[in-house]
Amino acid sequence: MKNVTTKMAILFAVVALIAAACSSSDDSGSDDGGFRVAVVAPSASNDLAFTQSIVDALNKLESDGVVSEVAVTDGTFVVDDAAVAIRDYASDGYDLVIAHGSQYGGPLQEIAPDFPETSFAWGTSADTFGLDNVYSYEAASDEGGRVMGIMAAALSQTNTVGIVGPIEVGDAKLYVDGFKAGVLVQNPSADVPVNYIDSFSDVALASEAASSLIGAGADVLSGTAQMVVGAVGVAKTDGVLWFGTQANQTSLAPEIVVASQVYHWEGILEEMVTNVKDGKLGGELYVINFANDGLVIEYNDGFDLPDDVRQLGDDAVARFKSEG
Amino acid sequence: MSEVFTVAVLVAVVASAIRLAVPLLLASLGETFGQRSGVLNLGVDGIMLLGAFTGYYAVLKTGNVWVGLLAGLVIGLFLGLASAVIAVTLKAEQGISGIGIYLFGLGMSDLLFQKLVGTPIPIDTFPQVDVPILSSIPYIGEMFFQHSMVIYLAFAAVPLAMFVINRTTFGMNIRAVGEYPEAADTLGVSVAGVRYATQLIGGSLAGGAGAVLAISLGIFQQNLTNGAGFIAIALVYFGAWRPMGVMAGALLFGFINALVLELKTLEIIPRDLSNLAAMAPAIITILVLAFAAGRFKAPAALTKPFTRGK
Amino acid sequence: MSIDLSKRQRRFLAYSIPVLAVFAALVFGALMLILLGADPIEGYSEMFLGAFGSGDALIATILKATPLLFVGIGIVIAFRANVINIGAEGQLVLGGLFATMAALYLPEMPAIVMIPLVLIAGTIGGAIWGWIPGVLKAYYSVNEILSTIMLNIVAVQLMAYLLRGPLIDPAEIERGTRIPQTARLAESADLPLLFGSDRFHIGPLLAVLCAIGAYYLLWRTPLGFRLRAVGLSEHAARYAGIPVRRTITLALTMSGALAGLGGAVLVFGGESHRMVTDGSTLGFTGGAGFNGIVAALLGGLHPLWTIPASFLFGGLIVGGQALQRAVQVPSALIVALNGLVVIFVVAADRYRATLLAEDGRDMVADADDEGGGEASAASSGVEPAPRGTDSFRPTGTYDTGDDR
Repeated sequence: MKNVTTKMAILFAVVALIAAACSSSDDSGSDDGGFRVAVVAPSASNDLAFTQSIVDALNKLESDGVVSEVAVTDGTFVVDDAAVAIRDYASDGYDLVIAHGSQYGGPLQEIAPDFPETSFAWGTSADTFGLDNVYSYEAASDEGGRVMGIMAAALSQTNTVGIVGPIEVGDAKLYVDGFKAGVLVQNPSADVPVNYIDSFSDVALASEAASSLIGAGADVLSGTAQMVVGAVGVAKTDGVLWFGTQANQTSLAPEIVVASQVYHWEGILEEMVTNVKDGKLGGELYVINFANDGLVIEYNDGFDLPDDVRQLGDDAVARFKSEG
Repeated sequence: MSEVFTVAVLVAVVASAIRLAVPLLLASLGETFGQRSGVLNLGVDGIMLLGAFTGYYAVLKTGNVWVGLLAGLVIGLFLGLASAVIAVTLKAEQGISGIGIYLFGLGMSDLLFQKLVGTPIPIDTFPQVDVPILSSIPYIGEMFFQHSMVIYLAFAAVPLAMFVINRTTFGMNIRAVGEYPEAADTLGVSVAGVRYATQLIGGSLAGGAGAVLAISLGIFQQNLTNGAGFIAIALVYFGAWRPMGVMAGALLFGFINALVLELKTLEIIPRDLSNLAAMAPAIITILVLAFAAGRFKAPAALTKPFTRGK
Repeated sequence: MSIDLSKRQRRFLAYSIPVLAVFAALVFGALMLILLGADPIEGYSEMFLGAFGSGDALIATILKATPLLFVGIGIVIAFRANVINIGAEGQLVLGGLFATMAALYLPEMPAIVMIPLVLIAGTIGGAIWGWIPGVLKAYYSVNEILSTIMLNIVAVQLMAYLLRGPLIDPAEIERGTRIPQTARLAESADLPLLFGSDRFHIGPLLAVLCAIGAYYLLWRTPLGFRLRAVGLSEHAARYAGIPVRRTITLALTMSGALAGLGGAVLVFGGESHRMVTDGSTLGFTGGAGFNGIVAALLGGLHPLWTIPASFLFGGLIVGGQALQRAVQVPSALIVALNGLVVIFVVAADRYRATLLAEDGRDMVADADDEGGGEASAASSGVEPAPRGTDSFRPTGTYDTGDDR
């Protein structure tokens, strides 16, 4: 009997707690004239890759005072969950809601028309569905891939440069194709084995893929997406050079990371914010590239890169800049 | 590409298979103990993930890989204890409580990583130890004797597990409790005690397996194991609850994965079909089982909580 | 304990135990929130409001609960036949794929024809993915836990292959972006919306109908009797002339079929009206294949109780996402919390069973009362096993080889 009484007591206590919780909620909308941005993204906000690039950019805008509040929902790999989050942010009155994942396009297309006063941004993509409250943005990651591919070919002694990819889609495919093209521009006879491991998450498989590429003779590697941290580790152990992308990966292996292509979304995001403040809610496509400083090759100062190779890289970047 | 099966390729595939097999092997061995005593722990993957994070974090803080391994083993021990409380004392449905442990480990390891570490920082990995003389044998040496110490230790654990299960009193009690808990109880064997012990062994080996994975890769990431714990459970069935069988399964699984990877690098498998190739390990496991499993029986009391006097 | 409680009181307490377990897990979660520097009161009130606090929230919760319910009913049927179906993740995926293929390859037809066709296609897809482990278990003694885990791996690769290759949106090829997703599927296959909402479709209604159907099947039909008889004792069922192997295969096939139907509903009731993958099953199912198992357990492995249980669990997930947005805690916390809820509910299950067993009745016998006299033959013919106090699996489940 005592047992039961205790249980009942707990039940009432918890119910009381919940009731108290509900009544104490204020939820004051807080539309005090500031500019509020929300982002929904598929992986963790510190993945040293795709998601981190946008979160870092937004945090910078917040500390620069361009926007007043940044809300992040990360790890939203279920598209329908992302849809719920996007809808909720929109109805919470956020001024700009960013759907940071190509796979979110389908639901965004259905949600955006329901909130004509809210501005949405969708990336990476080149499509705004003809809606005037949707911006789209993408990264010309093939540009950086090409630049680093050229340098990789110049650094390779074995004429073999390997690439580890996740699933052959979107931004990853763009980068890998660009990198491969760059290698072949510099050295048409080079061998460029590419290993897509068919997973964005399997770190162990990415590391074995790197081993396999090294086994095939590669002495310079690159790779894209969040699971490459495993491949960088193998490159480090085997003393093989590495080119990174999406974020600066020097910290992963200071000895062997030559350079990283880093995404800087701040510029185009700031333009978007300015537009939204001026009442233009969308309808435009933004691309970050070398010409608008959205893409930057960040070199590892700790790595002793020969000057002629560095020159090759700088020349390639300059070409992209002059072409616009 | 004509030089498909050069010796060098085969050597690389075998060495890679062994590396891929080790975390599976350790976790499966641990699960074998548990299942032989009648407890199914479906939460192995969650324990591995927390072991992986703890091991990673310990190495990050101390710089000593062995401290990391120990940390993984210890956290696994605690989670094994928790599993035992849930499965043995509270007599929960094991097929489901394990999913809870898995989800808890998946979320908790990621949460701790984000809060305590944040951006991935690489750690030291286990040093490679070349076995004297043997490692200089052409091909064989490279395949089997140029690995890190934990890999040798993991394989050494197989005969040890066989010995414990088949030759010691403790092992006999495990088998008795897994097959005829009522009889074991009558003979004065503590069914709960034995099952607690196997859960502690299983938990610490799973935690250790996670730590080995993280320290071998030199990194931690959300969902680092990518479901390896579930495969480890499958391998226990595959290996018919025998350490040698489990080892064979782990090696086969590692070998097929390594082979598919190598064939992709050599561009023998067209990229459009690579997903189909990635199914191979799972399909082969099922087929092997369909042809072999009928001959072996699971421990009779597997997944059945024991209540005296029933 | 509780000797002086009436039967009614005991039952009330028994059914409130899973709910108490959920609260206990939430108390644990509150500790974690405090450690993360968040206000648990604020967090949980946001969670509650996010799940049940508005019309939109309720709709989100019901929609989230729908695949859980489909999976959960399938789990109940399989469990009654003494089979654990861990493969709902893969079955959801196959259901989605089959339904998607039907919509892509069938000629344009009016909705009244199209919708049933895609739903049936999904059901068939899931059924196949349930039938395989069923046959493997019944005829080849392959443990279903193992085969379904492996089939989940196969399903995810099959999905990636199909969505990257044969089924991909032609526009993705044109643009060169190659996102693994289909084109917007035929509008005639969109699930009809109800009550003038822009999201609330007939899926939840279908799921509830399936739950009622499963209840009817299990306790009012000869087939249901056979399923439960096999679940209570394979040996006894065999002596009674019940085709045990066929029944086991059928249980898993039906379980898979329901999950497959859930997969079809996910595709045609989703906001994007297309199938898209991130290369994992979770990306499509959102873990419904696992959480559906828990919903079934929370509902005492009874098809009708699984309805409110799924609703509660759906609220937990939707509320968890609201909590993450409101107090900005990592999404990992929600996953961990989900795990704790599962652990607490399962661990407390024994007490519920004990309370019910004091009447000499468990959920099986309990439902037999409601189900009519025919079922009492089962309880007298084969000894009922009080759930949780002994096992869900009264006999060696692996042992199907002796009537070969």
